[in-house]
Amino acid sequence: MRHLLSISDLSAHEAISILDTATELARISDGQTKKLPTLRGRTIVNLFAEDSTRTRISFEAAAKRLSADVINFSAKGSSTSKGESLKDTAQTLQAMGADAVVIRHSASGAAQRLADLEWMSGSVINAGDGTHEHPSQALLDAFTIRKHLGKGSRDLAGIRVAIVGDVLHSRVARSNVLLLSLLGADVVLVAPPTLLPVGVESWPASVSFDFDSVIPNVDAIMMLRVQQERMTDLFFPNSREYSRYFGLNSERMSKMATHAIVMHPGPMNRGLEISADVADSARSVIVEQVTNGVNVRMAILYVLLAGGALEVGANS
Amino acid sequence: MSVALSAQDMSRALTRISHEILEKNHGSTNLVLLGIPTRGAHLASRISTIMSGIEGREIPVGTLDITLYRDDLRLRPPRTIMATSIPAFGVEGRDLILIDDVLFSGRTIRAALDALGEVGRPASVQLAVLIDRGHRQLPIRADFVGKNLPTSREQTVKVQIEEVDGTDEVTIEGQG
Repeated sequence: MRHLLSISDLSAHEAISILDTATELARISDGQTKKLPTLRGRTIVNLFAEDSTRTRISFEAAAKRLSADVINFSAKGSSTSKGESLKDTAQTLQAMGADAVVIRHSASGAAQRLADLEWMSGSVINAGDGTHEHPSQALLDAFTIRKHLGKGSRDLAGIRVAIVGDVLHSRVARSNVLLLSLLGADVVLVAPPTLLPVGVESWPASVSFDFDSVIPNVDAIMMLRVQQERMTDLFFPNSREYSRYFGLNSERMSKMATHAIVMHPGPMNRGLEISADVADSARSVIVEQVTNGVNVRMAILYVLLAGGALEVGANS
Repeated sequence: MSVALSAQDMSRALTRISHEILEKNHGSTNLVLLGIPTRGAHLASRISTIMSGIEGREIPVGTLDITLYRDDLRLRPPRTIMATSIPAFGVEGRDLILIDDVLFSGRTIRAALDALGEVGRPASVQLAVLIDRGHRQLPIRADFVGKNLPTSREQTVKVQIEEVDGTDEVTIEGQG
């Protein structure tokens, strides 16, 4: 495995081995060891052409814990804002000897393009491309679900997950539907019809328009952010109505199964898709998702960069 | 292929190593055993069992994965990270016995010493191996050896143990 562009490139075996690696790394970081020498001398570039808090910091922390050198590059304050093309930027990074580029871009397919056209020799990691995919987020969500609900099993067979809200604009939802179903979970998408993409019936997930009927029957509820910055049209009458039908508040939370967890990829619109008391409740694993994100991203960097060729699991 | 150690030879060697460790350390009061996964970890728990029988007390044993500290990571496909479990009281001030199946280049042990540096500061670190096959690339030697096995670089020493491979046997493969 050289790049991580889309969950659809992963086999269940590869996905599980990333989760297993993350589990061991989490155990190491929970102990005294915070810094590992594994990627010493490697250079990882964070190329963020779109705003991000969690993902960028998470990849940076992951790379630094593995002793890699990190160069942060954001579109604001770089030549990209002067109109430099992705190709010229990539060639610049290649000339500087980047071993991997973590790319976030507002155009769907930007990471794929960077990898396919061989502008640079390093690995490409998709950290979110437009409304397409966000594979590292899906892996950390699967890791979090497995940790809380997996009961020691390596996959997610039989676990029921609801993904609720703005599915149309959500790369997190796309990656999660692919990964969770690959690992054996049952996924139900809950959204108003206007916020579901064309062709959703071909996805490996069922669809519901009635949040209240779904709530008691799932093990995890993943709320999605309403992505107002991508909304060029009117998708629901007003935010109060959206929140009434598709928001998670404490009354809805009380109908959840006792073991069920609440997730959110962040950043949250408190009061819109999730109420503040739910976000801060004991059921919420939202802050833990961030912690798990660092370990999962360490595992991704380890699998892509530490060795020569593929085959995780070949232990001599 | 020739058999270097049979199941019985292996059991005798482990018993002797256990006695030697106890003799050199004047008993077991300060000992901690750490096995290097996969096979070293199983050998460590066997040695711990043998020693516990001799001493009449539980000898603490753990595992130390060294994958993340290897200097040859780039030369091979990515390796699976194995479990590390250090006894709860740590290794601080203890006499620590590292246990592995085969001592060859010495690079695994160098990595183990680096990994250990993150865990704590033992009073001493000693090395016990089932097989020493020579060809060291670093100034490292074992304190306790099950069997010295002269080999050529081209040969492969294959250690099989019950817990992993279903049988206890050490064989040499390839031309000497």
